[in-house]
Amino acid sequence: MTSTTTAVGADRPAARPARATTRRNPSQRRAARRQALIGWTFILPFAIVFAVFLIAPLVYAFYLSLFTKGLATGTQFSFFGNYVQAFTDPSFLKGLWFVVRFVVVLVPVQMIVSLAAALVLDAITTRFARFARLTIFLPYAVPTVIGALMWGFLYSPIFGPTQQIASAIGVSAPVLLGPDTIFGSLVNVVTWQWAGYYMIIIYAALQGVDSTVYEAARIDGANAWQLAFRIKVPMVANSLVLILVFALIGTLQFFSEPQILRPIANGTITPDFTPNIYAYSVAFSYAQFNYASAISFALGFVVFLCVFVFLFATRKRGSVFA
Amino acid sequence: MKKTRLVVVAAAVGGILTALVGCSPSGGGGGGGGGSVEHATNCTNKLVVKSAPTVTVWAWYPNMAKVVDNYNNAHKDVQVCWRNAGAGGPEYDKFQTAVSANKGAPDVVMLEADHLTNFEIQNALVDISKYGANKVKGNFSAGAWKDVSSGSAVYAAPIDGGPLAMIYRTDVFKKYGITTPPKTWAEYAADAAKVKAAGGPAFGDLGGNVPALMMALEIQKGAQPFVYDYSAKPKDITIKLDDQASKDVLNYWGDLSKKGLVGKQDQFTTDYISGVVNGKYATYISAAWAPGYLTGAGVGKGTDKGKFATAPLPQWDAANPVSVNWGGSALAVTTQATDKALATKVALGLYADDASLADGWKTQTIFPLNQNVLKSPEFVNAKIDFFGGQTANKDVYVPAENAYKGFTYPPFTVYYYAQLQNQLTAINAGKIDGAGAATALQAQIIKYAKSQGFNVK
Repeated sequence: MTSTTTAVGADRPAARPARATTRRNPSQRRAARRQALIGWTFILPFAIVFAVFLIAPLVYAFYLSLFTKGLATGTQFSFFGNYVQAFTDPSFLKGLWFVVRFVVVLVPVQMIVSLAAALVLDAITTRFARFARLTIFLPYAVPTVIGALMWGFLYSPIFGPTQQIASAIGVSAPVLLGPDTIFGSLVNVVTWQWAGYYMIIIYAALQGVDSTVYEAARIDGANAWQLAFRIKVPMVANSLVLILVFALIGTLQFFSEPQILRPIANGTITPDFTPNIYAYSVAFSYAQFNYASAISFALGFVVFLCVFVFLFATRKRGSVFA
Repeated sequence: MKKTRLVVVAAAVGGILTALVGCSPSGGGGGGGGGSVEHATNCTNKLVVKSAPTVTVWAWYPNMAKVVDNYNNAHKDVQVCWRNAGAGGPEYDKFQTAVSANKGAPDVVMLEADHLTNFEIQNALVDISKYGANKVKGNFSAGAWKDVSSGSAVYAAPIDGGPLAMIYRTDVFKKYGITTPPKTWAEYAADAAKVKAAGGPAFGDLGGNVPALMMALEIQKGAQPFVYDYSAKPKDITIKLDDQASKDVLNYWGDLSKKGLVGKQDQFTTDYISGVVNGKYATYISAAWAPGYLTGAGVGKGTDKGKFATAPLPQWDAANPVSVNWGGSALAVTTQATDKALATKVALGLYADDASLADGWKTQTIFPLNQNVLKSPEFVNAKIDFFGGQTANKDVYVPAENAYKGFTYPPFTVYYYAQLQNQLTAINAGKIDGAGAATALQAQIIKYAKSQGFNVK
C-alpha cells in the first residue's frame, strides 16, 4: 500500500515538468513527444487487454441491455425499459436487500476480526507470531470453490462433524443451511476466507508506521491499549478504508459461495438469492441475455453508488485522522 | 501529438483484433459446420473413416464412447464426432449460449424431453419429420413419441425414458409389517403413518429440487398444467397450475411433509444418498433410470445388496391407473447443422443399433424407449441384480412405459421448475400449504408468460 503511494507520488513531479517543456521550442517538443510515445508503448499491453476484455464487453453488455427479447416476441429496442423492470423486479430487489444486509453485518465482523488479528500480531514478536500470521492468511490461499465445498461438508446435518458433535451430546444437528441460518453460515464462510487477507493489508500498514511515534507515545505514558486505539488504528485508517471498499464491492457482487453451496442447501439458495446469481440464472437458464445485462448494469450502478457514498463519508473522517 | 497517439492505439488495437479473429476458427471450434475435416481434432472419439463427412454430437450418456464407436464402425458415409459438454444443466447452459450467439452449437444435441419446447421456440431445433423421422415412429410408444413432437412436427429422436414406479426397501417393509406394497396413495399415506407410529424411518421424500417429479405426480391425478402447440400456435399457451388436481397432490405431499411422514431432503445430494443407504427412506418414488443412478452412487452394495425391490406407482384410482414419466432424453438436430438430413440420420441411428441398446440397458445406463428392446424376451425377462433378481422390467417398467400417454411441456420449463422448486421448499419449511403454493405458482407463471409475449389463456 505505502509503496504504491510513493510510486504514484514519484511519478507526478516527473510528468509535470515534461508537459511544461512542450511550450519551449520544437526540439524539446519532439523529445517530449518521443517520451510520451515511449510511455504509451509501456502501457500498451495493459491498455489493449483492458480494452478488449473489459471495455469492449462492457459496451456490448450495455448495448444488449437496451433491447428486450421475449420468448414469443422478437428483439425490440426498449431503451431503459429493462432498467425500469429491474428496479421493480421483486427478485432483483430481494437479492439486493439481501446483499445490503449482508454488507452491514459482514463488513464490521470482517474488520473487527482482521484488525484484532493484525494488532495482536503486530504487538507480539515471538516465532509464534509468524506461524499465526501464516495460519490466519491460509484460508485466503484456498480457492473459493474448494473453501465453499469444504464448508458444505462441515455444515452437512447428516454426515458432517456438526452432526457428530450434536449426536455426541444427544441433540439433533442444527440445519446450518436452512432459511433462518444461511445468513450466519455465509457470514462465517466469507469471514473465514477473507479476514486473513485483510489482516495482511493492515499488518503491512502497521509495519510501515515509524517506531519513533510509539516511542513518543510511551514516553507520554500511553499503555498498550491506548497505543493500539489512539495511535495504531488512526495511523492505518487509509488501509482500513481500502479494505472496506474491497469488502463492500466484493460483498455486493456476492456469487461464488452461495452458487457452490446451492445444490446442497435444500432449496434455501434460490436462483434469485443475490443479484449476481439472479443475473446468471436469467442469462444462462432463462435465456434472457438482454435482461441479464440490464440486471448486471443495475447492480454495477448500485455498487458505484454505495462506494461513492462510502468514500465521500470517509474522506472527511480521514482528514480528521490526518 | 494527439494524432500519433490515435494512430498507435488504433494500429495496436487493430493488430490485436486481427490476431483474435485469426484465432477463433481453431480456438473456438465448438461445433458449427458439420462436414468439415477440421472437427476431427476436436472429437473425444477416434474417427474410423477419415474421409467421410462428420456430424458433431453433444451427449452425456455414460456409455457414449461405445455407442459412438459402434456407429462409426458401421457407417462408411458419415462419422460421428462426439463431445461430452456436461450432463443436464451445464450442457443446456452451453447450448443456450450457443443458440443465443447463433454459433458454436453442435449438429446433434442430447436434450431431455421437457427441455425441447424451450429450444424449439428459439428456433434452435429442426423439425426432423421433414427428413424422414416418421419412419421410426413405430419403434416407440405413443407417449414417448408425443414427448418429442409438437403436432405433426418431430423435434428429436427418443432414446431414454423414465416411467415412474415405487422403489422400496424390503427390509424396512418387513420390519414394520407391510406385506404388500401400497397400491394407492391412500394406502401409501396409511403405511407411512404406520411406520412412523412404530418408530420407523421416513416413508418417502419430498425433495424440493425435483419439481419435474412433482409435475408428473400432479398430471397423474388429472392435472394438465400446460396446453401448448409450438407448430400450430407458437404464441398461445394455456396455463392451469391451480386446478383441483394440482392442489390435491401438493396438499397430499405437503401434509405428509408436515406430519414428518416423509423427508424434506433435496435429492441427488450426498445427504440424500447417505440417507437411502442407511435406510432412512422406506420408499423412493422414482423413474426407470433410478436403479442405474443408485447403483452408480453406491447404493445396494455390501450388506444392502438385494434389499431393494420395485412396485408399480401408487394410484389415485386403482381401477383406472395412470402412468407418468420423469426425465428421459432424446437426440435433437440443431438449426446450426450444415447438413440437416445427415444430422437427422445420425440422430435417428446413433443410439438405435442393437449392440448399443443392449449395452445401455444391461449396464443400466438407460431405460430404452425403442420397442425392439422393450419387446425382446431378453429385456423383458431380465432378472435385475439391484432388485435382488426381481423381473422388474416385466413386472413394472415395461407396462408403465407402454401405458404412458405423453406430456405437454411449456416453452419455459426451467423458469417453471425454478418457481415450483421455491414453492416446494416453502411447503417443506411449513410456510405455505399445497393449495396456497398452487395459487401462487399460477400467478407467477402467468405473469412471466405474459412478460415473454405469450397470449395466456
